[in-house]
Amino acid sequence: MKLLIQKRQSQSALFNLMTPLLCLVLALIVVALFLVMAGVNPFAAYRDVGIEALGSAYGLSETLVQATPLIFTGLGVMLAFRMQLWNIGAEGQLYMGALGATWVALFSGITSTWLMIPMMMIMAMILGGIWAAIAGALKARYRVNEVIITLLLNYIAAGIVKYLVYGGWRDPKGYGFPQTADFPPNAILSTYFDTRLHSGFWISLVLAAILWVFTEKTVWGYELRVIGNNPRAAQYAGMNIQSKTIFVMFLSGALAALAGFAQVSGVVTRLQDNISPGYGFTAVIVAWLARRSAAGVVIVSFFFGIVYVGGDALKITYKLPESFINVFQGMLLFFLLASEYFVNHRITLVREPKTPVAV
Amino acid sequence: MSESFLRLEGITKTFPGVKALDDVSLDVRPGEILTLLGENGAGKSTLMSVLSGLYAPDSGRILLDGKPVQLASPADALSKGIGMVHQHFMLVPNHSVLDNILLAIDNLTFKLDRAALKTRVAAIVSDLGLDLNLDTPVWKLSIGQQQWIEIIKLLVRDTRLLILDEPTAVLTPQEANKLFDFLKKLRAKGSSIIFISHKMREVMELSNRVTVLKKGRSVATVTAGDYDTSKLARLMIGEDEVPTWSKVSHAQPNVLVSVHGIEANNERGTRELDDFYLDIYAGEVLGVAGVAGNGQKALGEVLAGLRKPINGNIRLRSVDVTKDWGNGKHFSIIGHVPEDRKAQGIAPDLTVDENLVLKSYKAPEFCNFIFQKNKAIRDNAKVQVERYDIKAGPSGAKVRVLSGGNIQKVIIARELGIKPELLIALYPTRGLDIGAAGFVHSVIAKAGETGMGTLLISEDLDELLKVSDRIAVMFRGKLVGIVDPTKTTREQIGLMMAGEAPV
Ligand SMILES: Nc1ncnc2c1ncn2[C@@H]1O[C@H](COP(=O)(O)OP(=O)(O)OP(=O)(O)O)[C@@H](O)[C@H]1O
Ligand SMILES: [Mg+2]
Repeated sequence: MKLLIQKRQSQSALFNLMTPLLCLVLALIVVALFLVMAGVNPFAAYRDVGIEALGSAYGLSETLVQATPLIFTGLGVMLAFRMQLWNIGAEGQLYMGALGATWVALFSGITSTWLMIPMMMIMAMILGGIWAAIAGALKARYRVNEVIITLLLNYIAAGIVKYLVYGGWRDPKGYGFPQTADFPPNAILSTYFDTRLHSGFWISLVLAAILWVFTEKTVWGYELRVIGNNPRAAQYAGMNIQSKTIFVMFLSGALAALAGFAQVSGVVTRLQDNISPGYGFTAVIVAWLARRSAAGVVIVSFFFGIVYVGGDALKITYKLPESFINVFQGMLLFFLLASEYFVNHRITLVREPKTPVAV
Repeated sequence: MSESFLRLEGITKTFPGVKALDDVSLDVRPGEILTLLGENGAGKSTLMSVLSGLYAPDSGRILLDGKPVQLASPADALSKGIGMVHQHFMLVPNHSVLDNILLAIDNLTFKLDRAALKTRVAAIVSDLGLDLNLDTPVWKLSIGQQQWIEIIKLLVRDTRLLILDEPTAVLTPQEANKLFDFLKKLRAKGSSIIFISHKMREVMELSNRVTVLKKGRSVATVTAGDYDTSKLARLMIGEDEVPTWSKVSHAQPNVLVSVHGIEANNERGTRELDDFYLDIYAGEVLGVAGVAGNGQKALGEVLAGLRKPINGNIRLRSVDVTKDWGNGKHFSIIGHVPEDRKAQGIAPDLTVDENLVLKSYKAPEFCNFIFQKNKAIRDNAKVQVERYDIKAGPSGAKVRVLSGGNIQKVIIARELGIKPELLIALYPTRGLDIGAAGFVHSVIAKAGETGMGTLLISEDLDELLKVSDRIAVMFRGKLVGIVDPTKTTREQIGLMMAGEAPV
C-alpha cells in the first residue's frame, strides 16, 4: 500500500464550492475544542451565536452592520487579487477613507445636504485610493513588493488618524476623549427601524453588483484576468500592465476606503481611532474564501458578520476573551491554505501489486 | 533484437471530455531508440506522462521485467530507472547548474559532499563534450543548454529508459545533431530511449522502431527498414490527403515596413542587433535564416513593438513610427507568433475561446462599448477551431490542457485571425505535425494576396526554401545578405549563416 499523490488535472465546480465549506467545518471543530478547554459547551456556544446573530430582527441587523465594512474591504482586496496583487492594506485604506469623509463632514464648509454624502464618499475614495496606489506605483515602477508596502502603510494611516483625533481634530467639547465632534445630521447616513443598520449596506450591495458586472462581463475584467494569469502574455497582447497595476490598486484602495466612510458616517458618526476591529485584515480572508468573486464576497462577508456578532455574544455571556474571534479566523485561514494543496492534488491509496523482491 | 523489458498493456486515460488514450499498448527493448509518432493531440505526451509516473492510467497495466508495477510519482518511476524530459522544463532559474542537478539526487545525505558530487557531475559534462559552467545560474542559459541539464539530471540517476518529449523543438540543428550523437552512444551502451518528434528526418535517422499513435490508439509498430517517410505519414494521418500547394509570390513593389540601422540589447544588456537594416515588402514572405541566438529573437521583438531599440528607426510605409511602435498603437496590425509560446503566447488558465481573442478583444467585432460580446467570441472560436483543426476538448476548456501542437495552432489561428498587415512568425511550425505545418505554410503564403508582409524566422532551411520569396541571413546581430531561394543552395546559406558574406 502506498499513497499516490498526483496533480489534479481539473477541478469541478462542486469541488471548488465544497472546499471552503469543509474548511469552515474543520475550523468550527477546532474552535470547539478550544471552547471545551475554556470550559464552555461548544454546542451551547454555537447555538447562542446563531440565536444572537440571526435569531432576531435586531440580531440580523447587527450582522448586516458588521458585514457592510467587510463587503467594501473584501471587494477591494478581491479586485487586486484578480490581478495577482496582494493588497494587505485594506485596514489602512479604511482609515484613510474615514479621514477623508470626516474632513468633508466637519471641515470642508460644505452645507448642502445633497452634496454632503457624495462628497464624503468621493473624498474617502480619493484618499484611500491614493494610499493603495502608492504601493501600486512602487510595484509598477520599481518592482517593490506590494505586500510589504500596503502592510506598512496600515500603521502609518492608523498613526495619522490617531494624531488627528488626539490633536487638531479633537472635539473641544468632548471631555478630552480622543474623538472628533459629532457629524452634522446631513453627513450621517440614514438608519432603519431603531437599529444601527444604515444605508451604507445598500451602497455596498450595489457596488458588489457593479463590480461583478465589471469583472465578469467587460473588456476590463478580461484584461485583469489575462494580466493576473500571465503578465507576459498581457504585455504581448499590448496591455499596459504598469498603468493597470496603479489603477487597480487605486480602485482597490478606494473600495476599501468606503468601509471607512460607512463606519464614520453610518455607525460612529464621528472619527475616533478604533472605528475598525480589523475589518481590513479580515477582508483578506473574505476575498480568499470568496474565490475572487464579487458575489462570493457578499456571502462570505455576511458569514463573518455572524462571527463578529456571535463573538461579541460569547464575550458577554461566557466571559470569553475577544481573541476567540481571532483564533477562529486564524484556523479558517490555516485550513484554507492547507486545502489549496488538496484542491490541486489528488491523493489516493493504491495497493502495490505483489512483487517478489528482486535482488 | 532482444526481448522487451518494459510493456504497457491496454492503457486508457480519460480527461474530462477527452479520451486521450484508448487501449494503448507498447513495448520497449533494451538498447533501442523507439520513436512515438502521431498527429498533434494523438496522445504521445499523455502516454509518456503515464509511463513516467505523472498520471495514473484509468485502466491498463505497466510491466517492468515481466512484473506489474505501479508508478506513483515521477520520483517513483525514476527509482525504477524511468526518467523523462518534458516539453517544458522543470528547473529552478535562480539556482546554479550544479544545484539544479543535485536537486535531482534524492538520497543526498544531510551533509552533502559537494566537492565529490561536483567532480562526478563535471565528469558527465565533459563526457558529453558540453561547454557548461556548473556555477552559472540556470536563467542565463539558452534553452538548448537547459535541456542538457534536464538530461544530466536523469543521467546521474542511472536511468534505463530515457524519455524525450520533442527535445529538438527547442534546439538548433547543430545542437540537435549533438544530442543525436549522444543518444546513439547511450543506445550503444545498452540504454533505451523513447523519442518524440514531428520531424521525419530525425525519425528516419534515429529510430530502431516506430510506434504510431492515432487519436489515442496505437495503430502500428514498424521496424527500421520496413518503412519510409511516406509510409509513416500514411500510418499517422490515414488515407487522408496531405494538402499540397505550390508557392506563388504575391510580393508587391512597395516597402511595407523598413528597419533602419536598429540597435537593440537583450535583458542581460548584451548587444543583440547591431546596425541592422531590412526592408519587408507588402505581400512577400521574407525568410530569416541564422543559427539561433544571432539576434532573431530581438528582431522579432523589436518589430512586434515589445522591445525598444536603442538606436535606429522603424518605418511603416516610409513614415517613421519608431516612437509609438512600442506603445501599442500598432498592435492591431501586427501578428506575432512568439518564440516561447507557453510563456508569452497564451494565458494558460483562460479558455480557448478567450485566448483566441487575446489580440482582438477590443475590436468592435468582440466588444460593444465596454462589454464583451460573448456569443461573437464563442462563434469566432468555433470557426477557428474548425479551420485549423484544433483539438480543443470540450467547450470551456482551459488552453493549458491542450497538447503542445494544439496550443501552437491556437496562437497561429489568432494571429492570422486579426488579418495583420505584418506577420512576424518565429519558428511557427515548431511542434506541429506535418499536416498542420503544411496547412500553416499555405495559409501564410496565401495571406500575401491581401498584401500581408511576413517575416518568417526559422532554423528549418527546408521550410524557408519552400515558403519564402527572399531569404535574409543573420549573423551576430547583423544582416549578412539576402538571397533568392530559387537561385541559391543550402550550402551557400549555410556559409552565410556562419558569417561569410555572399559572393
Ligand atoms: N490535463 C489534461 N486535461 C484535459 N485534456 C488533456 C490534458 N492533457 C492532455 N489532454 C488532451 O489529451 C489529448 C492528447 O494530448 P497529448 O498532449 O498527449 O498530445 P500529443 O500527442 O503530445 O500532441 P502534440 O504533438 O501536440 O504534443 C489532447 O486532446 C489534449 O487536449
Ligand atoms: Mg505533446
